[in-house]
Formats: sequence, structure tokens, C-alpha cells
Amino acid sequence: MTRGVAVQLTDLRRTYSGVNALDGLTLHLEPGELVALLGPSGCGKTTALRCLAGLEDPDSGRVEVGGKDLTKVSTNKRDMGMVFQAYSLFPHLTARQNVEFGLQLRKQGSEQRRRRSAEMLELVGLSAHVDKYAHQMSGGQQQRVALARALAIEPQVLLLDEPLSALDAKVRTQLRDEIRRIQLEVGTTTLFVTHDQEEALAIADRVGVMRSGKLLQLAAPQELYSRPADDFVADFVGLTNRVVGTSRGTTAEALGASLPLLPGSATEGTVTVLIRPEHLTVTQDAQGSAVVISSSFLGAQGRVVVSPGEDLQQVLVQVPSAAVADFAPGDRVTLRPVGAPALAVARG
Amino acid sequence: MADTARRGALAGRRPSGALLGVVPFFVYVTVFLIVPTLVVVVGAFIATGPGGQGALSLANIRALAQPAVTSALWHSLILSAVTAVAGAVIGALLAYAVSTAKPDGVLRRFTTSLCGVLAQFGGVALAFAFLATFGATGYLTNVLASTGLDDTGGLWLYEWNKGLMLVYLYFQIPLMLIVFLPAVEGLRPQWREAAETLGGSTWLYWRKVAAPILFPSFVGALLLLFTNAFSAYATAAALVSQGSPLLPLAIGGTLNSEVILGQENVGKAMALLMVVVVAAVMTLYAAIDRRASRWLAR
Ligand SMILES: Nc1ncnc2c1ncn2[C@@H]1O[C@H](COP(=O)(O)OP(=O)(O)OP(=O)(O)O)[C@@H](O)[C@H]1O
Ligand SMILES: [Mg+2]
Repeated sequence: MTRGVAVQLTDLRRTYSGVNALDGLTLHLEPGELVALLGPSGCGKTTALRCLAGLEDPDSGRVEVGGKDLTKVSTNKRDMGMVFQAYSLFPHLTARQNVEFGLQLRKQGSEQRRRRSAEMLELVGLSAHVDKYAHQMSGGQQQRVALARALAIEPQVLLLDEPLSALDAKVRTQLRDEIRRIQLEVGTTTLFVTHDQEEALAIADRVGVMRSGKLLQLAAPQELYSRPADDFVADFVGLTNRVVGTSRGTTAEALGASLPLLPGSATEGTVTVLIRPEHLTVTQDAQGSAVVISSSFLGAQGRVVVSPGEDLQQVLVQVPSAAVADFAPGDRVTLRPVGAPALAVARG
Repeated sequence: MADTARRGALAGRRPSGALLGVVPFFVYVTVFLIVPTLVVVVGAFIATGPGGQGALSLANIRALAQPAVTSALWHSLILSAVTAVAGAVIGALLAYAVSTAKPDGVLRRFTTSLCGVLAQFGGVALAFAFLATFGATGYLTNVLASTGLDDTGGLWLYEWNKGLMLVYLYFQIPLMLIVFLPAVEGLRPQWREAAETLGGSTWLYWRKVAAPILFPSFVGALLLLFTNAFSAYATAAALVSQGSPLLPLAIGGTLNSEVILGQENVGKAMALLMVVVVAAVMTLYAAIDRRASRWLAR
């Protein structure tokens, strides 16, 4: 079993012909931790991961792994296991030979290699496919082999760049959970890049949200969701409603109620309050100022779209699925926040 | 609706309309490939000598053993092999160099279109270009002679194992570049990066990953170059005026008027020999190419 090591990226900068792919990125991974980097396309996630792998040189900044400065160390000396988005298996080698590739470079004997590759392929559930070539395997199987190949060398750090994005939905969730199981089992410090928030929240110990080459917030999934650092994070992770309100310092008035504000909120004036759909209630009220636009049944829960009044943005309210039938378009209703802490940002 | 049953039979293959589209192709193949091949094959086994006019015989095949034919075959094989290997090696290196250039850059587009032209630039035009430069009265020959650097009068150009080899390389190298470039471009950057993260150096990547992956494509292209040289006629005919040192020239010779009576069908037997060699090489090529394209499929 591998002992995880800490990873520290400090003030990484990387420019591509005028584009700031990384703009002072600082990120710390605890030993054995799985951190997911999440962010919109082009925000620099891949660049960050490649700087850690040594496949890309930062213009400035430092990369440390296990307390050692690796900034100037070449990729093949860094001891990183990497899983790419797709098509990374060597096509002329079988699954077993792919897994043994790194072991052979480490001058392991054939007996030892064979034992290790069998063990790794079993770990990823591919014992029945050891002699298959990439073109004889499904996309999901190929990614499993790639994972086994990366882990076989007992890397200091495991790097995954959108390893599931080329797979269909069902395989994706299945393999996602499996990656997490395996990662916990081997205990390797892992950086997982994705633009799929559900994937990030499901798999990670902590999720880092990036934008324009910077890290906006690094927090456990729960906290990221309930205490977003700013409105970009709130918008990007989960659904959120934007409601006009007035800030009173630590509380805000919105939708006719007072609700506590999260740290980092705007402390005065007219603000936009960000409220999650499950932090709102909607009730039938002939005198209410809000009107139901639509209601939909989504399986485990239901959702009602409400217009709070003229000139105001529509809001989503999460309701129990049994309650969906109670709301028809045109119904007059009252909208209330349940009082969960929310983030308020200055209106701009 | 009448053809529903037929459609059913073709389901999973090709819509029947598309079959119509390939009819011209089949007609073409029949007229220009199948019929001539049959003529050659049948003719090779029919005697034309005074003794057995029109009878089935192995006389033509036996005639292939005469020294003029065996040496022509041998020269053709050597010429094709040497220019295929040299062309493949040089062309492959050029293909790699081109692949590192920007995909839609000027250099890249210029080189590939130039090679497209050069690869087709065989035949009389090419031979003439060489004659005008290196030939007995060629421009460069005169310059060299007048400066006393070379007084051989450019005679080397007319020999199959010197001048002809050089001339053949002029279309072999560009052909290699065109045929091999897609394979080089099929190398995925992830393979190099995976090899690097696993601890491999650049040299190791080339040795253990890129070279084995490219090998089938390389051999396939080499075989293609071989048949390309083996069956080339016009360039050799324009350049070589003495005798028939190569198999295609020897075949051409039997079709000319100076043919000794009774030898016409020996030409067909020689053609059959060529068909056999080319077919064998192309069968090998097809087998190798299948593997190459599976590995490098995008
Ligand atoms: N080799 C390169 N040459 C030029 N620009 C690049 C290069 N690599 C990345 N960039 C630019 O740097 C920025 C960050 O790219 P990066 O690939 O890190 O984004 P990402 O977050 O991984 O996006 P995605 O989710 O689309 O994969 C983008 O604007 C991209 O266009
Ligand atoms: Mg990316």
C-alpha cells in the first residue's frame, strides 16, 4: 500500500500567447487526499495538472511533492501516474503489457511484473481481459487499464484529466465510484480534473473551483455547496436563484423575509441574494403576488417555476414530488425562504 | 414497396442506390484489369511457335529460364528493392519532419502538394528532365566536362543500377512522404506523454512505442514503393536505349516489331511473372495495412 504524500502548487503562472492559462494558482493537497479541480472550459484545469506532471513548464511558481521541489524535474523522473481523457493505451500492447510498461522501465523481473500487473488488473476488475488490445476493449475498459497502468508503478501522485468524459452516462457513474474505491484503497494523493460538478462533488474529499487560471475556493463538497465563497462558485456548483434584496450587514431582506448572510456577503444596500431551490417554499395563496409558471415531476423530487412578481427573475423551488400536482400554471402563490444562510452580492 | 424483401436482404449493408454508384468502377476494373489479366494468363500457356500453333503448352513458361529474362527479373527486383528501401527511409524521415510543422502552415501545405506532384512526375517528363541536366549532352555534364571535373560524359545516367536508381528515387521519396505522413500523424500525443509519466525518456518512447506502432505502416509503404518501381515502364523506356535490362522493358521488347517469331507469348509469360510478384507483394501489403490502420485509427 502506498503512503500518500502532500502536494503543494505555489503561485503557478502560465501564459499562452497572451492568454493567462494559470494566473497565480496556489493549491495544496493533503497526503492521500482526492482533490477535484472543477471549472468551466478553458479555466486552466488541464494546464494545472500538466504543470504538476511536468508535461508543461510554468512561467513561474513552484511545484512541490512530498516536500521536494520538482519544478525543474523532468516528467519521467517525477513518478506520477496519469490517466488521460481517452485513447492513451499503447495500441500495439495488450492490457497486461500496457500495465507492465512502467514496471519494465523500473527494471522489475518478469515474474514480479506479471504478479503486479495481474494484481492491478484484478483491482480494476479486468482479470478476464488481460490479453486484449485496446481496439478489442470498450472505452470504459480502456480507461480501467489506463488506471491500472498508472497505479502499477505506485506513483507518488495520481493525476486524472477528465478520465470519464468520453464515456456514456451509466459507465461514467459506475467507473467514477470505482475510481474512488480504488483511490481510498491505495491511498495515493490524487488530483482529478473535471468540468462535471456532480462528478466532482461525488468523488472528492475537497473540490477546488477554478476560474480564469485562479482558484476561487477549495472546500469539502458539503461546504462548497452550502457556503460558496462567491456568486461564481454558487452559480457553478448546484442550482441557485438570484433574488433582489436589501443587506443589513449580517442579514438580508428578500422575498418578504429576513435571512442570515454567509461570510463574504455584501453588507449594505440593494443586493442580489443567492438562494438554493431547496431553501424556498411555495404555498397556495389566492392573495399571493407570485404566479406559478410551470411545475414538473423529476422522480425523487419535483420542481415549480414561479414568477415572484412583475419585472422579477423567475425562481426555481424544489418541492416533494407528491406536491407537484398541487401547482398548475397561473396559480397564485406565496414564496418564502426557509431561512438558510445565503450569499448576497452587490448588484452590478 | 415491391423491393422490400430485397431491401431486407441488404439491410445492415449498403442502401441499394449506392450499389448503382459503383457500377462504373466495376466496368472499369473489368475492362482494364480483369480482361487484360485473363489475356495474359491464358496467352502465357498457349504456344505460338511453328510446331504447336495455338496449342496449350508450357513452352512460354520454360522460356522464362533464358538468361535475358532471368537477368531482367533480377535487375528489376534489385532496382525496386533498393529504391524502395532508400525511398522509404528518406521519405519517412521527411514525413516526420513535415509532421512537426504547423498542420495548416505554409511549409506543410507546400511540401505535401509538391510531393503530390513529384510522386506522379514519373515517366518521360522526368527522364527528359534528367537527360537535359545529367545526360550525354546535358547542361551539368557540359559544365563538368568543360571544367575537367568529370569526363565520363554522363554515361552513368543510362545505366539501370546508377542513373535509373537516382531517377526512380525522385518519385519514390515523395510517394513515401504522402503514404507515410498519415501514419506519423496518427501517433497520439497521449502515447508520448503516457510513456514519459511512466518513466520513459524520449528515446525510449521512440524505441518502445512509436517505432513498433509505425512499423507495419512503414513496411506497408515500403511494399507499395516496391511495386511502384517494379511496374514502372515509361521512365525506364525513355532513359535506357540499349537492350532490355529490366522486366517491363523486356516485355515491351516482345511487343515490338523486332520480335523473333514465336516469342510474343513469352512476353505474356513475363507479364504473368510480374503479376505474380506484384500480387504476392500486395497480399502482404493488405495484411500488414489492416493491422496498421487498426492501431492508428482515429
Ligand atoms: N498549448 C496551448 N497553446 C495555446 N493555448 C493553450 C494551450 N494549452 C492551453 N491553452 C489555453 O489556456 C487556457 C487554459 O487551458 P486548459 O486546457 O488548461 O483549460 P481546461 O480548464 O482544461 O479546459 P477544458 O475543460 O476545456 O479542458 C485556455 O484558454 C486554452 O486555450
Ligand atoms: Mg482540460
